[in-house]
Amino acid sequence: MIRWKVILNIAKTHLLTKFKQTSTAALGVTFGIGAYITLVCFMTGLNKMLDDLILNQTPHIHIYSEIEPSKEQPVDLLNEFENSLKVVHSIRPKQIQRKIHNALPIIDMLNQDDKVKGAIPQLNTQIFYIAGTIELGGNLTGINPVEESRLFNFHNYVIEGTPEALYRDDDGILLGKGIAENMSLKVGDRVQISTIEGQVFPLKIVGFFQSGIADIDNIQSYANLNTVQRIMGEPANYITDINVKLYDMTEAIGMSKDIERLFDLKAIDVETANAQFETGTQIRNLITYAVSVTLLIVAGFGIYNILNMLIYEKMNDIAILKATGFSGRDVQMIFMSQALIIGAVGGLLGLFLGLGLANLIDSLPFETEALPTIKTYPVNFNPMFFLIGITFAMVSTFIAGYLPSRRAKKIDPVQIIRGQ
Amino acid sequence: MKTVLEARHIDKYFRKPVLFHVLKDITFEVKQGEFVSIMGKSGCGKSTLLYILSTMDTDYEGQLLLNGELVTSQADDKLSYLRNKYIGFVFQFHYLLSEFSVLENVMLPAKKLGEKSFEAIEHDAMQKLKVLEIDHLAKKRASRISGGEKQRVAIARALINNPAIIMGDEPTGNLDSYNSDNVFNIFKQLCEQEVLTLLVVTHDLDFAERTDRIINMSDGRIL
Repeated sequence: MIRWKVILNIAKTHLLTKFKQTSTAALGVTFGIGAYITLVCFMTGLNKMLDDLILNQTPHIHIYSEIEPSKEQPVDLLNEFENSLKVVHSIRPKQIQRKIHNALPIIDMLNQDDKVKGAIPQLNTQIFYIAGTIELGGNLTGINPVEESRLFNFHNYVIEGTPEALYRDDDGILLGKGIAENMSLKVGDRVQISTIEGQVFPLKIVGFFQSGIADIDNIQSYANLNTVQRIMGEPANYITDINVKLYDMTEAIGMSKDIERLFDLKAIDVETANAQFETGTQIRNLITYAVSVTLLIVAGFGIYNILNMLIYEKMNDIAILKATGFSGRDVQMIFMSQALIIGAVGGLLGLFLGLGLANLIDSLPFETEALPTIKTYPVNFNPMFFLIGITFAMVSTFIAGYLPSRRAKKIDPVQIIRGQ
Repeated sequence: MKTVLEARHIDKYFRKPVLFHVLKDITFEVKQGEFVSIMGKSGCGKSTLLYILSTMDTDYEGQLLLNGELVTSQADDKLSYLRNKYIGFVFQFHYLLSEFSVLENVMLPAKKLGEKSFEAIEHDAMQKLKVLEIDHLAKKRASRISGGEKQRVAIARALINNPAIIMGDEPTGNLDSYNSDNVFNIFKQLCEQEVLTLLVVTHDLDFAERTDRIINMSDGRIL
């Protein structure tokens, strides 16, 4: 029985004649939603960038053989002390090999697994860079540069030269930016490196890389896996680390446990290794939503106030509408639709405002040594945010409009008319 | 003649600030085509009675019949519908929606009733304005016309759904004698030419004496 055309026409007339108040209320919603969209796009963009930064270059599972004390000491095996408190002083780590035993078959096995995108070997070793009479300590890692690029975006961090150039050159080395600067080296120069045992090898610099973390860039270099094996005088099965990338990151925890049990090796999954990033993401999300919700609540109170005022001003109109046959529900719908029109118009404008601001942020230059691939501030345009934004606008204006409109519904026309 | 409105033993109490028996056993009827006025001193309960008869006030004892149909204790939505269709109102103060044009004000109750197309309603509304000789004001905002004109617009609005009865609460109370006469003549004319039923609460003895029947009230009773 509700004549929507009539109701909406009355609502429209009220809103247009009170254009100033209407637009103030709508602007409140606009700013609330706009701020929400901007914040959430920017924050999640930032989160995604940081996550990508970690996840792209971090293996989902890192397998290595750790030097650690035995979990079971000989005294544990004795039956006589089974239920006693045992204290062992000065436990030393167990003597084991640095290399992963049977590394190549393990890699083959992992690569055949459907869940694994790729498992590749690394050989980490300590070396010295020799510059005249000075020896600088450092790390040399033997890798397969092409596979590293495919799985862990190695190429993003190579700032001069290419991973392919390293792959083609058996005597090549990719130097960290920091060492290169300290030793004044250019691409094409030769650098002498010395193993811990004292053997010296000249290697040709094919490029530089920069991870963004100075402590790493000052010591780390990369060469082909077989080059490093040759330098160390070890055979082709000498591998110290295996890095695994999965198709689905969430399976990392389960798989790393399986690998530890199966091969008696240390396997660290990405979430354990980077727990602090997850926390950071959660806190940033929390801040984003707390700020947005606060803004929308303020906007909601604005609407509540303005509708209350409008209803107070329109007491006579309400009475006359009721006297001429409009029911309480009709009157309520008039004011509800006003609230929802304010919410919809304000919300839509807010979406555009948010989109504009997010675009602005997206175009601002953001260059930092730590992130060589990022040129502007990261922004994440997820349609879901816009959907949430407009839904929130409608819900909050609905609530803000409901209470005043219920008051309008209950106004007794006789009291108003007789009160005059 | 058919009975349009019938009140049977209506009692009404005001509960605040103290219990007060306002209307005592009111029983009367209004026949079709009658022009009835209710007179009485201030506070005798005549307006209170009118609002009960108008179905807006539902807090009373007794029975109220409109067109032979029992109205007492109907649901609010049903009462709104009955008011919309069968009752037209004219108040002491104009009570137009000031932001709407004169024409829109007149059309509104018919749009709510929704029995005719908007074009037909507009045509009807113009017709009513013509009868009341204010058709030249149709497009003006309701807040921009004079008091006498406003009251005539309110009468046009009361007529738009061709109601069974028109009720007036001091419809001339706020007008000078010229406009007052004018409004009376319009009522009289409607009553005679269109066989309209009218029930008007008034202080104005001149006005009342020219109606078909006067109901005198005192201390909540019909004398």
